[in-house]
Amino acid sequence: MSFFEVAVQVWPMLMKGLVVTVEVTVLSLAIAAVLGMTSCLMGMSAIKPVSWLSKFYVWIIRGTPFIVQLFIIYFGIPQFLSQMGFDIRFTSFQAAAATLALNAGAYMSEIFRGGVQAVDKGQMEAARSLGLPKSRSMVKIILPQALRISIPALGNQCIITLKDSSLAQTIALAEIVYMGKIFVGRTMQSFYTYLLIGVVYLVIITVLQVILARIERRMDHDK
Amino acid sequence: MTNKVKVTNLHKSFGKLDVLKGVDMEIKEGEVVTVIGPSGSGKSTLLRCLNRLEESTSGEIIVDGYLISDKHTDINKVRENIGMVFQQFNLFPHLTVKKNIMMAPVDRKKMTKAEAEAKALELLKRVGLEDKADVYPRQLSGGQQQRVAIARALAMEPDIMLFDEPTSALDPEMVGEVLAVMKELAEGGMTMVVVTHEMGFAKEVAHRVIFMADGCIVEEGTPEEVFENPKEERTKDFLRCVR
Repeated sequence: MSFFEVAVQVWPMLMKGLVVTVEVTVLSLAIAAVLGMTSCLMGMSAIKPVSWLSKFYVWIIRGTPFIVQLFIIYFGIPQFLSQMGFDIRFTSFQAAAATLALNAGAYMSEIFRGGVQAVDKGQMEAARSLGLPKSRSMVKIILPQALRISIPALGNQCIITLKDSSLAQTIALAEIVYMGKIFVGRTMQSFYTYLLIGVVYLVIITVLQVILARIERRMDHDK
Repeated sequence: MTNKVKVTNLHKSFGKLDVLKGVDMEIKEGEVVTVIGPSGSGKSTLLRCLNRLEESTSGEIIVDGYLISDKHTDINKVRENIGMVFQQFNLFPHLTVKKNIMMAPVDRKKMTKAEAEAKALELLKRVGLEDKADVYPRQLSGGQQQRVAIARALAMEPDIMLFDEPTSALDPEMVGEVLAVMKELAEGGMTMVVVTHEMGFAKEVAHRVIFMADGCIVEEGTPEEVFENPKEERTKDFLRCVR
């Protein structure tokens, strides 16, 4: 088969898969942003056990491969729960979204922490001198600046999460790579199929980068 | 006149380094006091203790009737009445000039948005920057930024202003415009404590000059007394160097 023939045949499947890829990525990134910010703020807490919890979370996620986390959540936890007498199963979409969110959340926690640390310490002093409590100074003065500093790294994390979602094909999530694999199994057209999938990723990520560059520029109003 | 600031036997150490070694100081309402001295003499630390940006190690600090050195004092409430101006301006880069000034009065609910905006524009006029209300700090020169910083502090209607080397980060040609604003403030009766290297300002505007060295107040008096007739050898040495 020519590249054109392969493309025509596989395209509808790939687009179905792409929808799942985008859905699982967007959902998990939204959850990750909340998780990451929460963990970041917890990590800076003066209450030691609270900051330990945040550090423990980041330590576990960064210290283990994504695919191991995915398998523990999808296969491991339901098996363990069934031993305890509970019958709880996750769909592959739920397990993938949860793992991607936990994963990206840990990295975002570190990204936000870096952003907060990069804000000049005179900013906190200025806000405190005006009578703002620490938490208000954080919300009004430090976090907006930290967020802007974090944007390039957050963009990078979005791209990583988008690509990592393809690993969920191992738990039969019908995302784009999984759909391609099914097509290859039927037709043996692995070269053109995977090439096409690569191009689809490349196009989406290029668009994402353009959007991110625009957001970065818009937030640079003080320069 | 009543005492605005009363510092008694103040000690401050950073680890093993003793920066302040028993400072006693009183400042009356409406008084303008400049603190001079070589770098490392503890003058900035003394100033920063007055609004607890630095925690004192021991001793007593009373500002505006509040015991600052007591950990139970609601420091946020007290700080609303103590304006602070920094060497590095520390304007908020993500807010326009106007919003820099409006932020604290609105957040601390001293004013509504409309009131705070009117106040901001009035203050900007006072420091000669009414046309800069809607620009971001980085679009301003250092001298302009420092004038905005003074306006920001004044927006909380403080009754004492602390200046931590307000002209040290400025290009020489911009020092004058900042000092002019401070002079106008002094003439309006504001209680001011100014850590500075500007001997001209100290001579012209201050009611009292405090000379510090090695964490102690070595000598104090009127500008004439300290500049024309220094009694202490260390004061004489210092004044010889800066002349």
